[in-house]
Amino acid sequence: MRAATPIHFQNVTRTWPQAGGTVVTALDDVTLDVPAGSITGIIGRSGAGKSTLLRMANGLERPTSGTVTLGGDDVGGASGADLRRIRRAVGMIFQHFNLLANRTVRGNIALPLEIAGQRGAAVAARVDDLTRLVGLAEQADRYPAELSGGQKQRVGIARALATGPRVLLSDEATSALDPETTRSVLGLLSDINARLGLTILLITHEMAVVRQICTHVAVIEAGRIVEAGETYRVFSDPRHPVTRSFLAGITTVALPGFIAGRMLADRPQGPAQAVMQVTFIGDHATEPMLSRLTRDLGLDVNILAGAIEEIGTRPFGNLLVALDASRAAQAAATLEQHGMMTKVLGYVA
Amino acid sequence: MSPELIGLIAQATAQTLYMVAASAILGTLIGLPLGVFLATSRRGELLAAPAANAALGLVVNAARSVPFIILVVAIIPFTRMLVGTSIGTTAAIVPLTIAAAPFIARLVETSIRDLDAGLIEAARAMGATPWQVVRKVLLPEALPGITLGLTLAVVSLIGYSAMVGAVGGEGLGDLGIRYGYQRFMPAVMLAVVVVLIVLVQLVQLVGEAIAARLDKRAPRRPK
Repeated sequence: MRAATPIHFQNVTRTWPQAGGTVVTALDDVTLDVPAGSITGIIGRSGAGKSTLLRMANGLERPTSGTVTLGGDDVGGASGADLRRIRRAVGMIFQHFNLLANRTVRGNIALPLEIAGQRGAAVAARVDDLTRLVGLAEQADRYPAELSGGQKQRVGIARALATGPRVLLSDEATSALDPETTRSVLGLLSDINARLGLTILLITHEMAVVRQICTHVAVIEAGRIVEAGETYRVFSDPRHPVTRSFLAGITTVALPGFIAGRMLADRPQGPAQAVMQVTFIGDHATEPMLSRLTRDLGLDVNILAGAIEEIGTRPFGNLLVALDASRAAQAAATLEQHGMMTKVLGYVA
Repeated sequence: MSPELIGLIAQATAQTLYMVAASAILGTLIGLPLGVFLATSRRGELLAAPAANAALGLVVNAARSVPFIILVVAIIPFTRMLVGTSIGTTAAIVPLTIAAAPFIARLVETSIRDLDAGLIEAARAMGATPWQVVRKVLLPEALPGITLGLTLAVVSLIGYSAMVGAVGGEGLGDLGIRYGYQRFMPAVMLAVVVVLIVLVQLVQLVGEAIAARLDKRAPRRPK
């Protein structure tokens, strides 16, 4: 197995001059590290520049300024035969699959091998391996029109892996698929990442995709990276409003209606309960923290809602609790001391 | 109809087939590469050469604007230079080819432009050279469309071939004019028209059948 390759974007800017002297800026001074062997997701709204950024990684787009390096190769500066050599070490899959309609599954997977100048029995053997890897051995002699969307994307993945790339680029690869097929295709990508040890850089507009497979995430807005890091960190402590809006509905545990309706923003006079959101990542998610609060501080904690899920292979918990408002600060301090994050959402009299 | 006339019609049919087949083959040899170039050489495209693209487009349009009967006489010196004579069935192949090539070029261009641009992007991402993109992606994927285009071109050539009597080219059209019209033999005219209709039908049927066989875009019966 070849070593995985990191991708590095350094101060990358891409502009297009428009008629009339104005300039459209697709990417504005983007610096981003895609660690070797990671599954890094770039999430952004349409037009945010994510597609341009992805295409820089295999030279389909050129930076106006800045550098893009892939391992030791300067992609942004390469051209001709050099660029083609780099591209053969980078697989790419697409939202609309971009399969050749007049080639069978086998023929489509063989295409990059033919382009790389390979012939004969070695190609056939490699194609057989790949159809098995993506679970399409039965369909190998069918044409794309005879396949479902999920099967087409599996062909796309097999084709992208044919030349044994060190990097796989995914351009909204699951955006045209239903949720169940999306999960299975993402599962395949995750499996490939683990088994072949290749770096995966994907773009998406769905936080669910990031949550399911990405170890790292970068949030892009108006051509700038506004937030980036390991997925569980970004999820547990989103700083930028755009990140928060993407996360809304994914990690936010909804308050039960009877509480939400009575909640006050300011602490009322007299006895009251504080409604607190407790977020835990990593191993803390499995520690019995609430019983510790009760035991050590003698606090009664009322659980309102909660969920623990897995984000980028790490447990990630989100809990809404109610406890005595006068001791909320003390409870928060104890929890934060143990690596959790807390936030008082409001008060109930 | 006398056996003599039937013999004439058979001979004229063979001449028409000869002219149409030869000019279709030569026209494709010239038109296909021109069509590929037209489809891929605008600014920012695979073989970007905007100036050459614009110039070729102009030439193609000019050739296609000239009415065929005028083209036939206008290029008589060129025809004589090429085949040694400007009259006869073989000489008629020259103007027919010159009419067919730009027509075929535009049909090929359209078939290639109809393809999803994502196919070119995918092939480029694989590290394909422009020539590999043309040979392994564009031509095979456009082949059903190109086949239908060539069918259309052949049908047009059958029509054009009727006009080459003007420079001594023979064939069905010439037979119809000389016997059917000038010697007032409506039976010959009718026979010529019937043979032409049958020819065009056959070409269309065969062309569509081949294109359908090549085209894997629509799902067939599940296997």
